[in-house]
Amino acid sequence: MKLEDKKRVLREMVLHRRFEERCYQAYIERKIGGFLHLYPGQEACCNGVMEAARPGHDYVITGYRDHIHAIKCGSDPKAVMAELYGKETGSSKGRGGSMHIFDVAHRFMGGYALVGGPFPLAAGIAKGIQMKGGDEISICFLGDAANNQGVFHETLNMAALWKLPVLFVCENNQYGIGTSIDRSTAVLDQFKRVCGYGIESAQCDGQDIDVVYEHARKAVDYVRSRKGPYFLELMTYRYRGHSMSDSRGYRTREEEEQWKQRDPINILRDRLIDAGALTMDDYNAMEKDTDAYIENEVIKFAEESPEPDVADLEKYVFA
Amino acid sequence: MAEIMYWEALQRAHDEEMARDPLVICMGEDIGVAGGTYKATKGLYEKYGPLRVMDTPISEGGYTGLGIGASFLGIRPIIEIMSVNFAWLAMDQMFNSAAKVRYMSGGQLTSPSVFRAAGGAAHQLGAQHSARMEKVFMGIAGLRVVTPSNPKQAYGLLKSAVRSDDPVFINEHELMYNMKGEVPDEEYFHPLEGSEISRSGNDVTLFGYNISVHWCLKAAEILDKQYGISAEVVDLYSLSPLDRAGIKKSVCKTHRAIIAEEDEAPVGVGSEVIAIINEECFFELDAAPVRVHSALVPQPYNHKLEKAAIPDHEDVISAVLKMLGK
Repeated sequence: MKLEDKKRVLREMVLHRRFEERCYQAYIERKIGGFLHLYPGQEACCNGVMEAARPGHDYVITGYRDHIHAIKCGSDPKAVMAELYGKETGSSKGRGGSMHIFDVAHRFMGGYALVGGPFPLAAGIAKGIQMKGGDEISICFLGDAANNQGVFHETLNMAALWKLPVLFVCENNQYGIGTSIDRSTAVLDQFKRVCGYGIESAQCDGQDIDVVYEHARKAVDYVRSRKGPYFLELMTYRYRGHSMSDSRGYRTREEEEQWKQRDPINILRDRLIDAGALTMDDYNAMEKDTDAYIENEVIKFAEESPEPDVADLEKYVFA
Repeated sequence: MAEIMYWEALQRAHDEEMARDPLVICMGEDIGVAGGTYKATKGLYEKYGPLRVMDTPISEGGYTGLGIGASFLGIRPIIEIMSVNFAWLAMDQMFNSAAKVRYMSGGQLTSPSVFRAAGGAAHQLGAQHSARMEKVFMGIAGLRVVTPSNPKQAYGLLKSAVRSDDPVFINEHELMYNMKGEVPDEEYFHPLEGSEISRSGNDVTLFGYNISVHWCLKAAEILDKQYGISAEVVDLYSLSPLDRAGIKKSVCKTHRAIIAEEDEAPVGVGSEVIAIINEECFFELDAAPVRVHSALVPQPYNHKLEKAAIPDHEDVISAVLKMLGK
């Protein structure tokens, strides 16, 4: 990545972090309902992969921790926040909520709440690409725990068998809800689990965006050149609980602190400062501007938007 | 109008839709090289090739989800589930992905997918290959459910299902693939909603769908000849949505209703039709509506037990005679 791109991505990652933290606050204030799964700690994963891919052109699908993937594909943060507020101006018109952000115009094909559910959907999107003859790829972001579902294996088999242009990105954040990976999964290295299907795979640090980007570039090129599917495992960590109802009693504060020493935003920020491309003052201004944008535009839009009309309750059930 | 078999009607619908639209594909176990367990896709692999006629691994959840994902890009998959019993494995994707995606995306995404499955009790196939599961599908918002009772419907409903932008589940029956019937020579689209009066009558309405329409027709004939009772037979080919207006109209005419279903009674078509009668025309009734249904047991293997578990036209006749006090 060029320095200019890195600065842009740093600004985006700050937005992604502050957006999620502001969601936390809105949830405490009961402005956001339902379940809320937040992304802080994992920002280098989505950003690194999507910098190597083509946001808005390549198809992206993911699970319920989906706000940032949508925004990275090109969704307006205002529409995403309005969705969390359940407003008619939300990306899914208030019918989806946090776990079901969709933005088909930007080829963000949705957030889905059944763990592992998007695996075959991603392969199907790749089948659609294959039939239509475009140069897009299908990218599926899911967590490590999804790999223990049956459809993971069914999908890998079909994707390999039919050489589908799909990139599986495993954001290995070490936990499936409140169960650590070593207590749920026989093989800890997830990238090894796909070898039985003859699928190319790699594992790398998911906290350093330069490392993610380099690995993702190779993976994206492989899939785009129609060599078949690819599985990329990114080692990462979510700072907050699985969802807001999670008090993190299953792990130690020491472990959390250790991971925060390798914060993806700080890693990129410090590298830019070391390179002389950024000062700490620049960074502080970036955070301040971001907070002002979120408060004055994103939150304001969500707060002031109308709710759906109850008369439209049954709209969108059938075509 | 030619007389063809039920499976030939399905095959013709597949073939015509695939010839017309290159985005129509079909997928399922043994549907390609092997020609399809019930021959509904016979000859299509040779004609359209492996990219459009996909022999899938035995992974119902996986390939159903894959077809649904492809439908998000405008592909129109016809997904065959060899036996409806295996559809349990695919229901997560059918219900959570296909049926809900339009609503939870605020109308942005839709899944124009078709699911076909052979259901029903055939001959001694045992508990895990004999289920009738229409009750499971018909309660899902966003999913259309149709069930053809003859070759014309099999052809016309599949044609309409492929053209529909909604996901459609087509419930077929293992014993009906060789049934003969007239199908129009010209292209024909059967409506996905509504019901049909298969036989007109005045004394009692017999509601049936799929195979039970034939029990009702046979019962009506015997009731007419032997007992002088005039039974109307209504074919509920659309199970979701059910035809409230059609149900009401017939009950208002005959004032008596019997629902014949091969499925078990609890939470089924019969209970739903009775609920609709209660809501739409309760005071038109001259007798309490009655369900004719199978026993609430996993389907037995032994042929005598199997026959005892599943109703037929004689059970329909008995129910009518009892209702009319004869």
